[in-house]
Amino acid sequence: MLGSGIIKGLAETGRNFVGSYFDPERMTTVEYPEQRLAPKENTRQFPFLVFDGEAALAGLRCVACQICEKECPPQCIYIEKSREKKPDHLGKPQFHPAIFDIDISVCMSCQICVEVCPFDAIKMDTEFELSTSDRFGGLLMHKDLLARPNSHFLKVHPTDAGVIDARRAEERARLEAKARLDSEAKAKEAPPAA
Amino acid sequence: MFQAIDQIFVNLLRGFLGHLPEPIRPWAGLVISLGAILGTFGLLFGLTTVCERKAIARMQNRLGPNRVGPYGFLQFIADGIKSLTKEDIVPRSADKVVHFIAPLALLVPVVLTYLVLPFGRNMVVLDLDAGLLFYFAAGASTELAVFMAGWSSRNKYSLLGAMRAIAQMLSYELPFILSTIGVVMVTGSLSTVRIVEAQGPGDGWLAHWNVFTPWGFAAFFLFLIAAFAEANRSPFDLPEGESEIVAGYFLEYSGFKFALFFMAEYLGMFSSSALAVTLFLGGWTAPVSFLGFVPSWLWFFLKLGVLMALFIWVRGTTPRLRMDQLMDFAWKFMLPLALFLIPVVVLWDRVGRGWVGWVLCGPIVAAAYVWLGRALVGRRRIQLRTYRYASG
Repeated sequence: MLGSGIIKGLAETGRNFVGSYFDPERMTTVEYPEQRLAPKENTRQFPFLVFDGEAALAGLRCVACQICEKECPPQCIYIEKSREKKPDHLGKPQFHPAIFDIDISVCMSCQICVEVCPFDAIKMDTEFELSTSDRFGGLLMHKDLLARPNSHFLKVHPTDAGVIDARRAEERARLEAKARLDSEAKAKEAPPAA
Repeated sequence: MFQAIDQIFVNLLRGFLGHLPEPIRPWAGLVISLGAILGTFGLLFGLTTVCERKAIARMQNRLGPNRVGPYGFLQFIADGIKSLTKEDIVPRSADKVVHFIAPLALLVPVVLTYLVLPFGRNMVVLDLDAGLLFYFAAGASTELAVFMAGWSSRNKYSLLGAMRAIAQMLSYELPFILSTIGVVMVTGSLSTVRIVEAQGPGDGWLAHWNVFTPWGFAAFFLFLIAAFAEANRSPFDLPEGESEIVAGYFLEYSGFKFALFFMAEYLGMFSSSALAVTLFLGGWTAPVSFLGFVPSWLWFFLKLGVLMALFIWVRGTTPRLRMDQLMDFAWKFMLPLALFLIPVVVLWDRVGRGWVGWVLCGPIVAAAYVWLGRALVGRRRIQLRTYRYASG
């Protein structure tokens, strides 16, 4: 009959109206600045550079291979290689970035730089409150702003960081074992020579 | 004590006018009453916008505005400041004079309709003998302003919106007015004050509100639906359908002029709700005689508030009608039913109130409703639609 539909509809909205006051399950709104959602592990916003140890710029894992710069779809990364090399965590001499800039106003958070990095040096951060009053200079992040300690990486992406740390420790251990074997072998070879 | 509270505003005005020289008293009274009405309903307009946003948000399980002031209730002040300070843009090719006049031409007749509404015992600005006629005459002239706005903007969407608005408002004007004829017939007066007084409790304990009769019940809902359409409210908000014609006739208005349109729409809604209260819900009278100690103006605004809540509730519920559905509903359902109610009122008046009238008139009205409703929606043939390419 004419009018039964609207009564049904009114009943539905009425139920929603009353229910919203008594049933906290219905209200999914998070009032952002005061309330926040619990962080999710796979959140990604903008990249940061991981460093080991205490000194930020000295401990950067980045070796300035420029793969991320070439792969970046919106080309928001700019890298200049250093002239001299210095040893990385495995003792191998490597370049390091003299300049490493990311324009986060251009970055589209695609994570391709992270995917292609062979050194686990660039990772996605979860920081999103990056508003600034200077929209050109303020959003161009230099490497001193991009550098974050490994402990920060462990905090924002614990699983990923744990896997990477284990692998790096294993690599180091293998290298040390090899070095030990080498020195032992050298030591064995040495006596006859002496 | 009761008299003092009930008549507090009347006595205040009378006391103030006593200090003025005799010749300017009627004019001063008019100006003060009009100022009081504009102030009261302006504030009510602001509060209603906030309540509406909050209520609709709750119906959609959202929170709604809750930042400005306690529970967000001062949001309307922030909105008002914003619209006052916004740039007022007039399109280069617009008819500038008409474009400027249109919002005023919309607001003034709407305010005029408040003059004949009794807000409480002895609280009416003009007790005209033909008050109801005055109300409809003033209210109908808003259509001109709507078309002025749509035409002068020189925008296709504005013009389409204005055309829709005119078509809709003219079509719904008929049931809007015809549904009130029964009240006039029963009361024997066009004066809004007489109509309210005729609905008072009289000797019995229950008030003789017109809505408590079979024809009055039907006429009340007809009137209310027509009032929805006259106010361009959902589900009859075709003139401003955002998805099709952006904002309709006030598309090219910004800043304060837009606020005027917005205000006129709400004031129109208040005034037609107030007229519904006056004609069908007994105006300022109490529903039962033992509640007569509540001041009359409080009753009036209580009933107005209930109707406003209904307006908001329906807006939160219904989707927009299609143009043909809109026209069908006005001409094929509301108009015949409103016309049909007139002989029923005659019958009711002959057999008198009481159970005999209910037994005779109730089934007639119900049958007319069912029959017309079936004629409107029942004849719809739903065929299986076939597609040449899409269904392969």
